[in-house]
This record gives sequence, structure tokens and C-alpha cells, in this order.
Amino acid sequence: MEPLLRVEDLRLYFRTTKGIVQAVDGVSFELAPRTAMVVVGESGCGKSSLAKAILRLLPRNTHTYSGKIFLDGTDVMALNDEQFRREVRWKRISYVAQAAMNALNPVIKVGTQVAEPLFIHNNLTKSEAVNRVVEAFQLVGVPVDFVDRYPFELSGGMRQRVVIAMALITSPQLVILDEPTSALDVLTQANIMNSLKRIREELELTYILITHDISTSSELALDAMVMYAGQIVELGKAGHFFLEPLHPYSQKLMASVPTLREDKDLEFIPGQPPSLINPPTGCRFAPRCPKRFTTCEKEPPMVEYKDGRKIKCHLYV
Amino acid sequence: MRGLLAALKEITRYPSAMVGLFILAFILALAAYAVITIPYGEAIRLWRGGEATWRYNPRTAAPAWIDYLTPKKLLRTVILGPEDAQKEVKVLSERTRRLIFTYTLDYEADVFPSELAVVFKSQYEKKPPRVEVIWRTPDGREFSFGRQIPSGKVHWYTVSQDRDLIASLRGAPEEVLFQDPNAPEKTLKGIHTITIKAYVFEPEADLEAEVVVYGTVYGIAGTDHLRRDIWVALLWGAPIALAFGLGASFGITISSIVFAAIGAWFGGWVDAVVQRLTEIRMVIPTLPILIMVGLFYSKSIWVILAVLIGLNLIESTVKQYRAVFLQEKRTPYIEAARSYGARHLRIIFRYLIPRVIPWVIPSFVLAVPAYVFLEASLSVLGLGDPVLPTWGKLLSDAFSHGALYHGYYYWVLEPAFLLMLTGFGFTLIGYTLDKVFNPKLREI
Repeated sequence: MEPLLRVEDLRLYFRTTKGIVQAVDGVSFELAPRTAMVVVGESGCGKSSLAKAILRLLPRNTHTYSGKIFLDGTDVMALNDEQFRREVRWKRISYVAQAAMNALNPVIKVGTQVAEPLFIHNNLTKSEAVNRVVEAFQLVGVPVDFVDRYPFELSGGMRQRVVIAMALITSPQLVILDEPTSALDVLTQANIMNSLKRIREELELTYILITHDISTSSELALDAMVMYAGQIVELGKAGHFFLEPLHPYSQKLMASVPTLREDKDLEFIPGQPPSLINPPTGCRFAPRCPKRFTTCEKEPPMVEYKDGRKIKCHLYV
Repeated sequence: MRGLLAALKEITRYPSAMVGLFILAFILALAAYAVITIPYGEAIRLWRGGEATWRYNPRTAAPAWIDYLTPKKLLRTVILGPEDAQKEVKVLSERTRRLIFTYTLDYEADVFPSELAVVFKSQYEKKPPRVEVIWRTPDGREFSFGRQIPSGKVHWYTVSQDRDLIASLRGAPEEVLFQDPNAPEKTLKGIHTITIKAYVFEPEADLEAEVVVYGTVYGIAGTDHLRRDIWVALLWGAPIALAFGLGASFGITISSIVFAAIGAWFGGWVDAVVQRLTEIRMVIPTLPILIMVGLFYSKSIWVILAVLIGLNLIESTVKQYRAVFLQEKRTPYIEAARSYGARHLRIIFRYLIPRVIPWVIPSFVLAVPAYVFLEASLSVLGLGDPVLPTWGKLLSDAFSHGALYHGYYYWVLEPAFLLMLTGFGFTLIGYTLDKVFNPKLREI
């Protein structure tokens, strides 16, 4: 099947006073239509930067932005900024930002806020837009009479749903969700995850779900990507990954997920992810890896495992 | 919008703001009254119409209400017209007739009139009439003067400036005719009889006369050195001051916000340019430039207003607004707006600028008096609008004609009071708005 999204050697570097931060460093992957990929990794691994690179939401201090992004076969990197804004943002890819609870303008009513992308992209009249907003609210489970409320009058969960409604309003093909359930209580998280799952099936959407909450995301994920220090270290079917993570980093990550009613010590990975200004040569995880050996000083290749997974580790060569 | 209305409602809880609103309402009412009762063209005519417009007004007369504050009885201008006269006609020959007009003037004031004049309005083909004035004081003294041939349709005989009469009376006519011979500093009260004898020499010829006894008080606000009614200038000063103050404040505030937002949003060289321009603006003094414009280009108040706004397009407040915008720019909802494809202009005008409105409204209101005073300062410096009556222009005239030295206090105090009242009103409202919008300043 033709992939919906194909990313090739995507790089996004930032310039800082201390040096060049290689936030996304040569990421390549494909995403089939109507799938859901979960992107996991520690904080500062480049997950959010990857999302921003796909949406071309570049900060002022961008140093390098290169690679290829094909959306349904079109090379979106070839579009200029204005074309990209008009053709891609929200038309085809929408985005639920990190800390989405604050992603609502405090001085605009949520109904109007949700309709903003429609005014920008679809040139709808106010009444048409209102109908679409009502539909979107019903879809995500926000009471319809909330359209006239201001964000501060809504609970965190409701605000989150409103933000998701805003992401769905223009019927995009791909929705990038950057930690959509962080800072919510467990019940609300589960609720929203279920809604997201139902919406994806109803509207035949494709998701990229960025999270560090592995257990909640397992509910939704069909594919899984593990990022470490700006690179993909493991990429494959979610089922394989959750049952048997292969990369030592993935294994450590999975072992740190708490399980109920099972008396096990939570593992953690000693040390911190490396600075992305001067990443270690060779395998970037090597300094913290329990299984490292001498070859790890060389850059590991992307190896295809027998179940189709790709792993960036010398162990599987 | 709802928040804005709530805030406006909240200021009614502050007594100071209520006083301010009351003052503002008064000034607005004054302005509305001025514009409705004296249209723009009429105001200019009343202020610039030439001597004929205000010839019957006394010169530098105090407001009439001063009469109630002083123990002395002051004099309002008395105009004795044809309808007040007893007219006698005697035909002397086929062509010549004698007209005698008798006027009576009941004089009760404790002060002398400021001037005397007789206006002759004659109709003739070729030969003008001849006239004579006979003035009989209450104590029976009789003075005859003004033997002359009035030329033209309207002829003004300014008695007070008749050199021969001054010489023969050995004093100013308006004093000698009205003083008590036994106590020259006092007026003689009673009935004066003024008789005007006229001879006309054509069958169709006719003559009417008016006796004008100029008072020492006039109208609500008095008159200036040109006999103009200051009330006109006081009234019209209000809409002009409001238009100038509000216009300048509004234009400058809006443009500064827009520039600050554009600079902060685009950053980089755009921001640098806006910042440098702001700094350049901050070291360029406004007043000298306005003075130069007034001297060399135009003194029109609207040109000055445009230059003022133009000079201050990027005002020092850009720095404050920019600081707020830089913070707002990094908030998640702006990031979200970018991600859903909002255009730069939409972000600047719909998302960023509404966020500074709580800071803007008080500073906008507080800036108004500064510009009202600026207009007054320019006028006092002689660069006021030459056509329009303004408060500053009044002060300027009063200053250049030594109003305080001569004791015409009303001339200075009236416009000064209105200027201060306007400043006071806006300041009271501005500080209260500041309290409402900046909760840190709120009283506990």
C-alpha cells in the first residue's frame, strides 16, 4: 500500500549559544494510511521536534532543516511557506500541541476558537462554521452548549477535547497528537484515549501519537517508534514492540513502566540522555547501555529484524 | 467585549471615577452643545467675521455674572434703537425735513460705561443728512456734540473717540456725561435724555439712529480685546480639545501597538528596525518640530495633529507593549494558531493585540490631557490655529494683551479652568481604569 507519509532523512538542528542542537537527526520512516503510530522516548529525545519538523513549525533559531517529506506522494518540502500553510497545515495534517490545555486563546470563546481553522482554510460563513463546530463537539464528547464558554470555564479534560475537536474540524488525513493526555487524571486519560480510538475508526484517520505514557498509548497504537537522542532506535508493529522490545533502550523503557499488582522493582536507566549538542560518536545509547561492547563505538546500522522491525543496534547485525 | 463592559461597569464603584465621568460628561455636553448650536462655519464667522460681527459688544468686558459677586452695580450694554425713540418730523420746506429722536436712558449702574457710540443709518440719493446730538444728564446739564454729516448707509460715530468733545469736556465723554459733578468718582443715577436732531434734504431720504452705551459686563464669559464673545471660544474649545486630545492619543496608541506587535512577532531585522526607530523617536523632541511646522508650513490644528501623530507613530510605549508581546508570542495558543495555519496578520491583530488591551485603555485615557495641553501650549507660543477658536488661543490672546496686568482675570481663568477640568476628568478616569485592569493596583 502507498504510504500516507514518507519521511526520509529528516534533520532539524537548532542554533543555540552553546552550539548546534541536533534535535532530529536523520529520521526516516513510513506511515501507512489509517494506522496509528506511537512515538515514545524520554524527554528531550526529539519527539516533539519531529512533530514540528513534519509540520514545518520552525523556531527562529533553526540551523538546518533538511530531508524529504512525502504526503500521499507529494513532496511537501518543495512547497514554499505560503503554499505549505495553505495546503498542508490543518488541510491534511493537524496537530494537537503539547500542553494542549493552554493551546486555547483565553480571550476567545471555545466555539469560535474551534472554528478558526475553518475561517482560515475553508472560507465558511459563520453559521456553516457553527454547524461544523457542533458536529466536532459531538464527535469528541463536549456538550454542545459549551461553544459560548471561555477556556477558563472548562475543566482540563474538556479543554483537551476542545483542542482535539479543533484538530479534527477541517477533516485532515493525519493528526499529530503531542502528549494529548499529559496533565490529566487517569480516568480522563482513558476516556480521551477511547474517544481518540473511536474517532480514528469512524473517520479513518491516521495518527502519530507522541507520548511517554507507554501504558495508556498501547491502547491506541498499531505501530511504534522509539526515539533516542534525535534518532529512531526501534520502529515496527506495536504488538511486537510491546511484547518483546529489542533495542536495549526499548527494553529499559518498557521495564520502567509500572504494572499493577505485580511485585517488581521499577527499573530506570542510569544517567541522562546525551546532550544533543555534541552527541557521542558511535551508538548514542552506548554510554548508558548495559549490553555495550567494543563495536558500539561505531555508528550502528539500521537492521531489519525477522518480524519486519527496524532496530538501530549492533546486537542484531 | 463582555470583559470590557464588565470592567467599565466596575469603575462606577469608584467615587473618583464617577467624578471623572461626570466631568467628562460635562465637557462632552459642552462640545455637543457647541457643535449643535454654533455650527463650524458660524463659529469661524463669530470668531473671524470682522468687526461688524461684534461691533455692538463692549471691549474686554467681564462676564455678566460678576455683577452678582460685587457690591457695585455693573453695567450691561444698552442699545437704544429706533423702537426706543420718540420720533418727531417737521417739514421745513419742499425738500427739507427735520427729524428729532428722543431717547431716555435710565442709568442705575455704579460704574461708568466703557464706551459711547451713536450709529446713524441713513438713506439718501445725493445729499447726506446732517445730525446733532444733545445729551441731557439727570441733573439737567446739557451737552451738544456730534454735529456732523454721516456718510454712507451706516455711519458709526464713536463718541468716546471724538477729540473735540474730549477737549471741550476735559475728560472722557463716557465719564463726564455720567459722573456726579460733586463727586467725580461716582456715577449720577437717574434719567438721561438723548436727543438727536437730523435734517434730511431729499423727499425720499430717511434716517435712523442707535445710541450704544457699552457696558462693563457681557454675556456668560465676557469679551476680549476685539469685543469678541469669549463664550464662543470656550464652547468651541471643547470639541476641538476633545478631537485633538482623543485623536492624537488614539492614533498614537494604536500605531504604537501595531508597530510593537509587528516588531515582536516577526522579530529579527523587523524588530530591530522598530526598536531603533523607537529610540530615535525618543531622543527627538516633539515640541521644536511642531514649532517649526507651525512657523514654516501651516498652523492649521489638523495639520499639527497629523504631524504629531506622524511623529509619534512609534512612541516610547512600543517598548512596553513589545515586552508583553514577546511573552505572549511564546504561549502555546499562539503556537497552536501558527500550526493551524493562521496568517501573520491574523495572529497579530486577532490574537496578540487583544492581549494588551487591559494595559492600553488606561494609558490611552491618561495620555489624552497631555495632548490637550500640548495644543494649548502651541497656541500660547503663538502657533495656534489662526481660524478656530480654542482654549489655548484664548490664553494666548489674554497673554499678549496683558490680561492679568490689566485685571481681566476672567480672560485667563475661564480657558485655564476648562483645560484643567478636562485634564482632571481624564486623569481620574484613567487612574481608575488602571486600578480595574491592573489588579495589582487594586485597593484592598
